[in-house]
Amino acid sequence: MLEYVIRRSGLALVILLLAVTLLFAMIHMMPGDPASILLGPKASPELKAALNQRMGLDQPLLVQLARFYADLAQGDLGTDVFSNRPVLEMVLEQLPYTIVLVLAAIGGASLVGIPLGCYSAIRHNSLLDRLVGVMSVAFIAIPSFVIALYLLLLLSVKWRWFPAMGAGDSGDIVDQARHLVLPALALGLGWVGYIARLVRTSMLEVMEENHIRTARAFGLSERTIIVHYALRIAVLPTVTILGLGIGTMLSGALFAEIVFSRPGIGKLLHEGVLTRNYPVVMGSVLMTTAFFVLCTLISDVINAMLDPRVRDGESS
Amino acid sequence: MSAPVLNISNLSVNYSTDRGTLHALRDVDLHIQAGRIVGIVGESGCGKSTLISTIIRLLSANACVEEGEVLFQGEDLLALDAKAMRKLRGNELAMVFQDPMTSLNPVLSIGRQMLDIQYRDDGSKAEKKSRSLHMLERVGIPDAATQLDRYPHHLSGGMRQRVAIAMALMTEPSLLIADEPTTALDATLEIQIIQRLRQLQRDVGCAVLFISHHLGVISELCDEVVVMYAGEVVESGGTRQVFDAPKHPYTRGLLECDPASIQASDNILPVIPGQLPDLTDPPPGCIFQPRCDRSVAQCSSQRPRLDGQGHRAACFVATS
Amino acid sequence: MKNFLRELSRDTPGMIGFVIVIIVLALSVFASVIAPADPLEIDVYNRLASPSWQHWLGTDQLGRDIFSRVLYGGRVALKVALISISVALLCGLLLGMIAGFGPSWLDRILVVCFDTMRSFPTVMFALAIMTLTGPSLNTVIAVIIITSIPVYARVVRTQTLAVRNLDFILAERAMGASTLRILRDHILPNISAPLLILASMDVPAVVGMEAGLSFLGLGVGPPTASWGSILNDGYSYLRNSPWPIIAGGIPLILVTLGFTFLGESMRDILDPKLRGKGALNQ
Repeated sequence: MLEYVIRRSGLALVILLLAVTLLFAMIHMMPGDPASILLGPKASPELKAALNQRMGLDQPLLVQLARFYADLAQGDLGTDVFSNRPVLEMVLEQLPYTIVLVLAAIGGASLVGIPLGCYSAIRHNSLLDRLVGVMSVAFIAIPSFVIALYLLLLLSVKWRWFPAMGAGDSGDIVDQARHLVLPALALGLGWVGYIARLVRTSMLEVMEENHIRTARAFGLSERTIIVHYALRIAVLPTVTILGLGIGTMLSGALFAEIVFSRPGIGKLLHEGVLTRNYPVVMGSVLMTTAFFVLCTLISDVINAMLDPRVRDGESS
Repeated sequence: MSAPVLNISNLSVNYSTDRGTLHALRDVDLHIQAGRIVGIVGESGCGKSTLISTIIRLLSANACVEEGEVLFQGEDLLALDAKAMRKLRGNELAMVFQDPMTSLNPVLSIGRQMLDIQYRDDGSKAEKKSRSLHMLERVGIPDAATQLDRYPHHLSGGMRQRVAIAMALMTEPSLLIADEPTTALDATLEIQIIQRLRQLQRDVGCAVLFISHHLGVISELCDEVVVMYAGEVVESGGTRQVFDAPKHPYTRGLLECDPASIQASDNILPVIPGQLPDLTDPPPGCIFQPRCDRSVAQCSSQRPRLDGQGHRAACFVATS
Repeated sequence: MKNFLRELSRDTPGMIGFVIVIIVLALSVFASVIAPADPLEIDVYNRLASPSWQHWLGTDQLGRDIFSRVLYGGRVALKVALISISVALLCGLLLGMIAGFGPSWLDRILVVCFDTMRSFPTVMFALAIMTLTGPSLNTVIAVIIITSIPVYARVVRTQTLAVRNLDFILAERAMGASTLRILRDHILPNISAPLLILASMDVPAVVGMEAGLSFLGLGVGPPTASWGSILNDGYSYLRNSPWPIIAGGIPLILVTLGFTFLGESMRDILDPKLRGKGALNQ
């Protein structure tokens, strides 16, 4: 197990390093340079040169890349152009809000979706099953910010069931939870049917396998068979896809944070873009990418915990 | 002789298929006395699997028991509700399946699976574990203590099948059904496992219903043998009697085609000409008649019955 | 094609999707004929009005007719979808074929690049680029193209690899057929069906991306109408009138449902093997 985690972490690190490099390359291939963006089009060439020098942008590309890596390794993501605060500090301040939101959404969607998929598989062709079948594909594709806006309009502005703005008072768990409901719902709603469908498909496959017949032949209860013998195998593909789905969710979280004026990485990033605060934008993007890579790593580790064949590097 | 553990009479099972009703089993009679090993032999498609699925009541959804009864220790299994049936499975009635590579759960450890099937016992976890350990040792698994923590994919096919046998015999059932347990294994392993099974059967004292298409294994292991063809029992009797003096032309053909009995000098592999009849539309007379080289007029109009006691065959030619 | 329509008519969700897609396309293409008003015409005396016979979906904060803006917004959405998907498809086709048919070292490099691209959450990546280039519809299109190429390229590569080692292709190569000919005559026809399905399923994602970026104020600039910018305007005046948000969201939901149902149905008809793929691309 430990060996697997180490092996998989190494791979995650390589992917992250490549992603960072690619991002760096992209930015330098794009038209426009940070100095004129920050200072606006009317800035004098002298001022631009000074800023470029301060940010190290006058150096050769490879030197810049090396400095970029060195800074990253020290946890230095640069400083905010306006407030001079370290970007890392700002990002770490906002990150927990986003993580809580994404986890709430993914957890809620799994809690409803997995039993729903299980039920659909056991009672397949029932009304509920067919409903899940039709809804699952379409709901995941509806942009989550549209769902967020509709929820805001209906549950918050019209019916006033839930607060519309912010993340709640710090220290007041109940208030924070109330503020979490709508953004998490907007983010997770589409996933319920999608997860249900994934679980249903693999559940139907697993229930046909020989070892399930063996379990039945030993008189194990249908409950034990479904929960311990079948579901454990049937959730494996879902865990992988959820790990990848975090990427989609992080994009969705940005919209949810903006729609519900909730603090978080997405909101920080959006403000950074609007004020052309280049270091903040880069820092936020890097941090979300790192978080995403970490999530795919975690989903693979969960997979390995559930499936000994993955742990031993055997393809299942 | 003691009372039969399993008494199947007049059992007919149909499948509804796209092409119509498929008569998979017709009027099957089968008796197993306590402590005896009965072999079922026949080609693929002869209804062996349907028969055992009927006994343990794990038939697929499109199957339907037309008539007959399956008395297990005097109780009709076909009349039991699901709960009562579940009580018997893995307890009084145990099963070893054909393919050891897929018949164990791949994500649960051997120990966990062996623990789970003892759910009926009130004993402590440690007691159950030591019983599992003991059972693994009895089926000849080396280093049994470490194997408990391992997963099926760590084990070879032979080892997995030993585990399956250990699991099946753990509750000391009255009847063990083994569905081609050694077919997927190579010959030397097959002999080892058969010998082990024989010894365990004596220790536990259970009856065994052993399904195989391997005649050598059947003659090695079984006290009695039942020959099936196209959903019917065509001959049954003591293993020696049936193998030494087969009555039914099909059994005779089967024995002649067994690779073990063929002389190297023969140069040609004997085969039974023709193929299995279409079971959605079986012939009106003897089921084997279209392929039989000894058939008489009666064979194509009337169905021969499996009458009498001891060594008997469903054939007009053999009994007359 | 006739066969395809007949098969489609047997699948209810697929048919519904098809009809929605046709209606949305027609409304957008003929927006200038159908629209009851000029989408840019300001009427300060009639701001944030509720739906009426004159303004079917009400008016926005400048008194512009929302229904007309929704119709014209469809043009923007479809323009973005058409351009970005076709360019991404072509580039993906090219890169995927190179990866699948080219030398293995090149394949490995390309696959690593594709995978790395997919490790960015798309919207975050788009925002990073837009900080440098500034907001514009062209940037939106460029960003969508860049992030979509790996998705298409991966599918093309997999299919190319699968076809490449088929016996008849090996035979053709042995006979001296040029790589270009094999690609054109054998591989292209084999991968066109899955690609078309993928493209159809991709429309909602692309339209949603454009709307999302416009909602963030990074897509089309004012006063041009886009579904995203209608939602953005509506969001600011949320407490005064719900109509701009309701009106801006409906076409997005319809397009999503329409193309997804149609794509699912197409997949079942054209290529049952592909089940379960493509539904998820950020």
